Amino acid sequence: MRKLKASGNELVALAAKDAGCVFFGGYPITPSSEVMHIISNTFPSEGRVFIQMEDEIAAICVALGASMSGAKAMTNTSGPGMALKSEQIGYAHMAEIPLVIVNVMRGGPSTGLPTRTSQGDVLQAKAPTPGDVKTIVLVPGNTEECYTETVRAFNLAERFMQPVILLLDETLGHMARDISLPDLADVQKTIINRKVNKRDDYQPYNVKDDEPAILNPFFTGHPYHITGLNHDQTGFPTENAILCQKLIDRQFKKVDAHLGEIERYEKYQVDDAEYLIVCYGSVSLAAREAVLRLRKEEMKVGMFRPLTLWPSPEKRMFELAKKFDPQNILVVEMNKGQYLREVERSMRNRPQFLSKVNGRPISPLEIIEKLQEMHHGI
Amino acid sequence: MAYDYDSKLRTDRLPTQWCPGCGDGMVLKALIRAIDANGWDMKDVCLVSGIGCSGRISSYVNCNTVHTTHGRPLPYATGIKLMHPAKHVIVVSGDGDGLAIGGNHFIHACRRNIDLKYIVINNFIYGLTNSQASPTTPQGMWAVTQPFGNIDQPFDACNLAIGAGGTFVARSTTLDLFKLEKILTESFKHKGFSFVEVFSGCPVNFGKKNELGTPQKMDSWIDSIIVPLAKWNALSKEEKKGRFPIGILKQDAEADEYCEEYAKLVTRIQAEKAKKAGG
Repeated sequence: MRKLKASGNELVALAAKDAGCVFFGGYPITPSSEVMHIISNTFPSEGRVFIQMEDEIAAICVALGASMSGAKAMTNTSGPGMALKSEQIGYAHMAEIPLVIVNVMRGGPSTGLPTRTSQGDVLQAKAPTPGDVKTIVLVPGNTEECYTETVRAFNLAERFMQPVILLLDETLGHMARDISLPDLADVQKTIINRKVNKRDDYQPYNVKDDEPAILNPFFTGHPYHITGLNHDQTGFPTENAILCQKLIDRQFKKVDAHLGEIERYEKYQVDDAEYLIVCYGSVSLAAREAVLRLRKEEMKVGMFRPLTLWPSPEKRMFELAKKFDPQNILVVEMNKGQYLREVERSMRNRPQFLSKVNGRPISPLEIIEKLQEMHHGI
Repeated sequence: MAYDYDSKLRTDRLPTQWCPGCGDGMVLKALIRAIDANGWDMKDVCLVSGIGCSGRISSYVNCNTVHTTHGRPLPYATGIKLMHPAKHVIVVSGDGDGLAIGGNHFIHACRRNIDLKYIVINNFIYGLTNSQASPTTPQGMWAVTQPFGNIDQPFDACNLAIGAGGTFVARSTTLDLFKLEKILTESFKHKGFSFVEVFSGCPVNFGKKNELGTPQKMDSWIDSIIVPLAKWNALSKEEKKGRFPIGILKQDAEADEYCEEYAKLVTRIQAEKAKKAGG
């Protein structure tokens, strides 16, 4: 184990390095800039590339350019920057280019509350771009997970050949704690690198109907074409009705058929619980505290939190809902209910809801008070 | 013996999608010959394009090719080049792609002096989307969005590149293919960011409503707005209005190139680190 004191943003930068990221394109934005600061300080000495670009769009373009040519790449941003990157995220989905995008969420919409916390970009992360895309969105729930989920984000991006969004909130990004990380050698054993196809008849998009494209590194004698237009198995544009349908179907199926590799969640003290909190991100720290304190008062509370936010663990939530009175389920979010609807849809019921959108974290006490209200039927 | 274009083209993608009389095919031809003139192996070349008529050029060249999003080929190419500094990365835009939606990337690529070969095919109009005014549409001319005559001041893209710190800046046309090939060959030789603006005819979507609806008329009009660089300085202010010098306008072979500067930085930091560890 490695013991250190670090913030979430610092751990994202460390994990990127450990996961084998060799290219980072960045642009300054609060509250995610520290990721870029550390990368700019650590990458050059190892021969890795860091470049600060002229705007948010260029920062994702440069990372995608590096990635499509064969490098593991990353970019950082926050909500307003995600909005600007939107079109390129669609390009990365269409052309099947891996990339890790870390969005450290701040209050919004617009310039909003740049230095304060929020979970306002949850639906943006689900549908960040025009057209139909199946996004993979990971959300760490504590400081250690800012490291482990970043490593997982790189692995999933390379495995499924698409962008993976890592959603931190300002609290997790900036809060520094003493933590333990797995040893580097153990992390390296888990690393997934992208596939290469050396066959003479190689075609980048000629793959099974539930598998991702294989983009061979550039300049290795495979002169293929990449485009954001609908394309056939060779990569060249097509408007053929059957091929167009098949392309988007495959891009969904490559994720849907492998949910076991993607899904991750935590059930905390759920087995004997009569009340259930559903939350994610830094809110889960407050929720965990609330569970512990209420259990001391003989109130049986548990917590369910997804680490893979999208695709949502809908089957888990559906099964879990059967054990609880809908009146005893509480969804807690720092937004106006962006995940609440997904919980409702999955559980097929109407849970209680606690929300805050003023840039301040939700405290354990607020959750405790809400649960006590529910308990006493107020 | 006939010139061998076929080995550098994706012949199965031909004929091109461009309209009759379009200059894009001329640029494609000159570009292939300039690659050859530099002795580059197609395995070491990557061609990146944006969106627009010019964007389709990447389909036809037989190397790693990337058809990016509208206005963004330069930052995509920057990422490719930074990961592969020894390879040759050519970028092609149109006047809309490169000077309007991609204008910010253009000036910053100039400033950075990264070794990309940037060609902007300037046909003075958004051709693919049916004749909207572009940043280079001359004043007084018709565009579907300037139906009463364009009142916008057009860009001089070469002056913009020079102002932004471009180290190789040239202007050519599709009127004289040999001159175009020569300029592209020179630009490909340049170490650093090279910018070549190519005046090109669009008789179908620009010419038709401007009484320049044939390739001949279109080319005559381009001929009327260009002046060889050697004669440019002798012109009066009045004579220069609405006209543009052609040739190599700036060439600075001594300027620091970005990928080389990054490599030097890596070497310096690693040496400092090793010294610290040793001492």
